[in-house]
Amino acid sequence: MSNLPILSLLIFLPLVGAAFILFIQGDDEVGKRNARNMALWTSVVTFVLSLVLWFKFDPSTAAFQFEERLDWIPAYNISYHLGVDGISVLFVLLTTLLTPVCILASWNSIKDRVKEYMIAFLILETMMVGMFAALDIVIFYIFFEAVLIPMFLIIGIWGGKRRVYASYKLFLYTLTGSVLMLLAILVMYVQAGTTDIPALMEFRFDPALQKWLWLAFFASFAVKVPMWPVHTWLPDAHVEAPTAGSVILAGVLLKFGGYGFIRFSLPMFPDASLYFTPLMYTLSIAAVIYTSLVALVQHDMKKLIAYSSIAHMGFVTAGTFTMTVHGVEGAVYQMLSHGVVSAALFLCVGVIYDRMHTREIAAYGGLVHKMPAYALVFMLFMMASVGLPGTGGFVGEFLVLLGAFESNTWVATFLLTGVILGAAYMLYLYRRVVFGALEKDELKKMLDMSRREWAVFAPLIVLTLWMGVYPASFLDMMHVSVDHLLSQVQVAKDASEAAIMAGN
Amino acid sequence: MAMAAVPNLTPAMPEIFLALSAMALLMLGVFQNWATPEGGIRASRMTNNLSVLCLGLALVLVFTVSGTTLVTFEGMFISDAFATYSKVLVLLAGVLTLVLAQNWLEMQGAHRFEFAILVLFATIGMMMMISANNLLSLYMGLELQSLSLYVLAAFHRDDTRSTEAGLKYFVLGALASGMLLYGMSMVYGFSGSTDFVTIASVLKGGSTIPVGLVVGLVFMIAGLSFKVSAVPFHMWTPDVYEGAPTPVTAFFAVAPKVAALALFLRVMIGPFGDMADQWQQVVVMISILSMLVGSFAAIAQTNIKRMMAYSSIGHVGYALIGLAVANEAGIMAVLIYLTIYVFMNMGAFACLMAMRRGGRAVEQISDLSGLGKTHPGMAAALTVMMFSMAGIPPLAGFFGKLYIFLAAIEAGLYTLSIIGVLASVVSAYYYIRIIKVMYFDEPGVEPLDTPLPTSVKAVLSLSTVAILVFFAFPTPVISAAKVAAASLF
Repeated sequence: MSNLPILSLLIFLPLVGAAFILFIQGDDEVGKRNARNMALWTSVVTFVLSLVLWFKFDPSTAAFQFEERLDWIPAYNISYHLGVDGISVLFVLLTTLLTPVCILASWNSIKDRVKEYMIAFLILETMMVGMFAALDIVIFYIFFEAVLIPMFLIIGIWGGKRRVYASYKLFLYTLTGSVLMLLAILVMYVQAGTTDIPALMEFRFDPALQKWLWLAFFASFAVKVPMWPVHTWLPDAHVEAPTAGSVILAGVLLKFGGYGFIRFSLPMFPDASLYFTPLMYTLSIAAVIYTSLVALVQHDMKKLIAYSSIAHMGFVTAGTFTMTVHGVEGAVYQMLSHGVVSAALFLCVGVIYDRMHTREIAAYGGLVHKMPAYALVFMLFMMASVGLPGTGGFVGEFLVLLGAFESNTWVATFLLTGVILGAAYMLYLYRRVVFGALEKDELKKMLDMSRREWAVFAPLIVLTLWMGVYPASFLDMMHVSVDHLLSQVQVAKDASEAAIMAGN
Repeated sequence: MAMAAVPNLTPAMPEIFLALSAMALLMLGVFQNWATPEGGIRASRMTNNLSVLCLGLALVLVFTVSGTTLVTFEGMFISDAFATYSKVLVLLAGVLTLVLAQNWLEMQGAHRFEFAILVLFATIGMMMMISANNLLSLYMGLELQSLSLYVLAAFHRDDTRSTEAGLKYFVLGALASGMLLYGMSMVYGFSGSTDFVTIASVLKGGSTIPVGLVVGLVFMIAGLSFKVSAVPFHMWTPDVYEGAPTPVTAFFAVAPKVAALALFLRVMIGPFGDMADQWQQVVVMISILSMLVGSFAAIAQTNIKRMMAYSSIGHVGYALIGLAVANEAGIMAVLIYLTIYVFMNMGAFACLMAMRRGGRAVEQISDLSGLGKTHPGMAAALTVMMFSMAGIPPLAGFFGKLYIFLAAIEAGLYTLSIIGVLASVVSAYYYIRIIKVMYFDEPGVEPLDTPLPTSVKAVLSLSTVAILVFFAFPTPVISAAKVAAASLF
């Protein structure tokens, strides 16, 4: 069991499933059903397999675990190197959890080209798991960028009216950022002579060069997060994407950026990270306050949640760059809980969208009278998004704010206004959609959640409450790794200070 | 020097074999009975199949003479690892073109047995270019190639666009040959030799480089840039690509490019290697312009052949980055890039050749609309090609760019690299447009013809598999390219 290449299995199992779907014959209902079942089973098996990581992971060490290494391009010293630490293991689990949820959520809403859709989703899972598990920066980049292919197709083929515009915007925005990161990766390879991530973390780059490298990585991650002012692709992508596309986009893809900052920017370019902290704070605060205000005036539910995602990711970037244990752990925690909560919120929109085929807030109202169960579920996630204690959202925001107070009171103060605004726009949304009188005729025919929909929400409900009530089970996993990460930053900080002293 | 001595023919065996077989096939074709339509088809099929066979045999011969560096014909002709590598690519492109061409030409009523023979002669010219070790053998190879290509461009005689393309190509090509010849005469005048080795030794010995030599070199670069269709000598490319029959365009986009780039590399690195400081900035400029024009101009195109023309201009720009680096890593990157380029383009052109509606060839991008529904296999393959050309991992095109940029970064060419990657984002815009048309748009009134010709299916499957799995097995290509690049230095 211990020799089982578990990460490779997690990466390639979905591909195998996709290959099987490719050979399913027939475009009729039977073929579609087979494709759906195959995809669901593949992703469920992948998830079950990934639980091995959860149980076998040793949280007492910061070292990378479940490591695999294979020579790939020996001429350039690039190897197929995988492994997870306390931070990435949680993201791998988040990915394997959300994929079956997404597939189940698109069970009935995707009627056209079902086979292709399921293949795209399974390939997407491969890329996402690979990205979090990669321990070679070239492998990381390949997975990071390859995600664009299935995502572009998912939005473009199964999206809404302006899907072409949205998919182009997503593709070109992210590609522009990524290619600059690619150049930075090449510079790092030329400097350090290796593409191995653990080795690069130990390598000390020249502080002047670090700034350029940091900026190149920033170009890529800031777009992915997305940070204000390069966030504009996200609302479009979310609005046009099919429900499951939004779920995976908010749940996992946005985490690429935050994960990237934690995995690369902090430990590899500590001097530059310190130097650019004010910039990160400014952009994060702008994101939190500005996008919250924008969210207040939205008429489209998905757009509102998209803007709230940007605001929540602002907490993540701010927390990361406090470079305190609380801040970084809070950032990771916020990403995980946001991955669950925003995914669930998009699913909530999906539930009523499937019935009414509109996302206009004005088209709804008084749903609580016809759909009490739905109202309850929606309320839970709405509260989690606001950051109510007892839900996952609270822990993340609290830790980030704690870290921010330790580092800079003003930053914490500004971030706090974001919490208030967050409550404002979410409660306002909830009131308009769920409460009030049930006046519109079409709404009176709506049915409450089906069994399949309950199955979609159940794991997310459990997880949100679990993360809120007993955060230790997640924090313990990452604690040693975060400590180690910050000690690396500290060592680099000291070294550069010593170098400056020696220079004098 | 013994005048009567027979030169060592071994290094040139593939070329000699191909030349003899081309002439034999020509005789064979002439004596066929092609008065009747069936006879015509039979004759053209026969020469086509035999030509494919000859190219295949030449490929085997290329491998048998490879291994060591051999020079013959008084130093005029060189056969080294670099030549072997490039010749393999050219022959491969020739084989794939012929395989694809026959069906298309028959459908178009343009099947004539001379087609395959002209391709053979052009291929011989390209192999001569690749193996040229003297300005004179360089020019000879180049002209043999060019003259065959002029005729090929105008091969579809009944089509005014095709004849126009041939004429345009001929006039501008002659101008470029003139520039090249003028540059060569200057180089000869100031260095005293046409032999690459002698020129190199003159440059190495002399402390100052005569201005005349630099001027001559610039003219040569201009001529060669025309042949690889690099900006600002690219004007002919879109028109010729659009007008020429599609199999000819496929051939143009691949084989002559590989040969001319190989020649470009050998001339710059070999005789003028010590002048790298002088020509590097020129090549950098050409490269930047090609990448930018290639990406921006393609956006406005509605004809897919024209779009592919601009795409090829852009690709040449990337390949020239490797030349601008002017070291082993750079040359190796160019060779890897070209290898991948051959497969990407052949795959894309296989799709273009399958674009027919009611038996007529169509070539608008909008004709592809809804292809994802009507021809799922072809659409998927073309999608792979387009993402690969845009340089999205894990497809092969990404690795081509990766090695190019790695070489550039190593050499400290940061500005060039940044412009290069940004241009690749712009080019991604028009590549994904093809995917958008195929998958996001609804099928037109009348879908494209089915089923695809067997030859298209075969070439398309081969190139798609090559592009898809390159990432898993890159080592053979990389190590071969490394050996080839090392032999130039």
